[in-house]
Amino acid sequence: MRNPLSETIVNIKPSGIRKFFDIVSEMKDAISLGVGEPDFDTPWHIRDEGIYSLEKGKTFYTSNSGLMELREEICNYLSRRVGVSYVPKSEVIITVGGSEAIDIALRAMLDRDDEVLIPQPSYVSYEPCTILAGGKPVIINLKAENEFRLTKQELLDAITDKTKILVLPFPNNPTGAIMERKDLEDIAEVCIEKDIFVLSDEIYSELSYKGEHVSIASLPGMKERTILINGFSKAYAMTGWRLGYACGPQEIISQMTKIHQFAIMCAPTTSQYAAIEALKNGDNDVAMMRDAYNQRRRFLMDAFRKMGIDCFEPFGAFYVFPCIKEFGMTSEEFATRLLQEEKVAVVPGTAFGDCGEGFLRISYAYSIENLKVALARIESFITRLRAQ
Amino acid sequence: MREEILRIIERNSRIDTGELAVRLGRDESDVVNEMMKMEEEGIICGYHTMINWEKTTQETVTALIEVRVTPQRGEGFDKIAERVYKYPEVKSVYLISGGFDLLVTLEGKTLKEVSMFISDKLSTLDTVISTSTHFILKKYKDHGTIMTKKKQDERQMITP
Repeated sequence: MRNPLSETIVNIKPSGIRKFFDIVSEMKDAISLGVGEPDFDTPWHIRDEGIYSLEKGKTFYTSNSGLMELREEICNYLSRRVGVSYVPKSEVIITVGGSEAIDIALRAMLDRDDEVLIPQPSYVSYEPCTILAGGKPVIINLKAENEFRLTKQELLDAITDKTKILVLPFPNNPTGAIMERKDLEDIAEVCIEKDIFVLSDEIYSELSYKGEHVSIASLPGMKERTILINGFSKAYAMTGWRLGYACGPQEIISQMTKIHQFAIMCAPTTSQYAAIEALKNGDNDVAMMRDAYNQRRRFLMDAFRKMGIDCFEPFGAFYVFPCIKEFGMTSEEFATRLLQEEKVAVVPGTAFGDCGEGFLRISYAYSIENLKVALARIESFITRLRAQ
Repeated sequence: MREEILRIIERNSRIDTGELAVRLGRDESDVVNEMMKMEEEGIICGYHTMINWEKTTQETVTALIEVRVTPQRGEGFDKIAERVYKYPEVKSVYLISGGFDLLVTLEGKTLKEVSMFISDKLSTLDTVISTSTHFILKKYKDHGTIMTKKKQDERQMITP
């Protein structure tokens, strides 16, 4: 029999997260600080709207781009929150989570051997999606001393004449890093000068704890070369609803819509109705959750400071990214031993790129009570390590 | 800062002030001062505990009583409300808009005890025109806390 598999797919290395997940799932009664999703339930009025739409029999496909009312609400939201205005009819597409938006944006824009700059540590899908789209991923290793921001020099050093897209994943998973206006202005200048497009993954935009989130699309000259990706998962605690969106120049969005139409048809209808409610009446929920995350973030930072763990202060998402180099172990060894000896699950930084070596991703999408138990265990673990 | 403190201690009055300060990114002494001021001003009126008495062996009966009264010249409803709330059995008294005037929450050991209180003490007050009593059968949610189920974390242990 012939080899049934595609060489391209087989050569893509499996997610580092997956590997660690398998170890964790065998461990009974472990406490986890390993999730990348909110601990809050979707606010009830949003769920209720989803249920209501089902009761009314709204169970059909929507248009490929998504419900017009939802696209209009998204445009209102973006102009209100980040000061960028898009045309609902032609510059927005509703996708199955931000993940689909990443995938189809890359597929719509890449030809063979086009290079995509991917700053790491970052979310696991940019690299494989680039390969699947026939492009060539070029990794930019971000540095702890820059608080894991992307600098102008790092960007310039990575650019070749094949560079087509820069992925800009901020606020960042797993580091919690943000890019402030001045940081983005530096990047925008280079992108315009070198004629590079930006795929700005702003899924954590509502979870910024140092001033308002700034989108690179709002900077002069950038809207026309940016695909802005966002969604409902993190801001409204709607991960399981699988709903996101991409906004950008009409010519790119229409090609993305073509892929989406053939591969997906449309995003889930129930989720779209719920999302309209989220955008119309969800501001308070977002603020409440942001406050709760921010309190946990301060709490965690304070605990690490007291334990003497080296950790830059992250101002976004719901992760801290402490450095564990002092213990002379790899991230994976550290995480594995922490799991075996203290039954606390965290994710090794290497799951998000090689330059995550020496770091751990710790999620604070947990109640303070949960964090306290986990922190006590981490403290007893490192006290033991230091005594050796 | 006040509102932030209140929101947290409304849910957890036992929180350590050091932790409170860390969570709010403030100095502990400022937080403690602010709380003392709010106690003096009567904004913080106590640090109570929420108890689900149904789960204890203690038998209690709670009733909500709608009371219609004749307001008094110069005193309005305040005087009559005071006469009612001074009874220790009375847990809360609200002045209400709509079909009646006062909503009284009453707690007693037995149905009889509560009924006796209403017939002997409450109904006999001069200004009370009528009462209508509702006994509470089950408490689903109180002070924003759902009493019936405990929430479980249904997320997978590790997700990207």
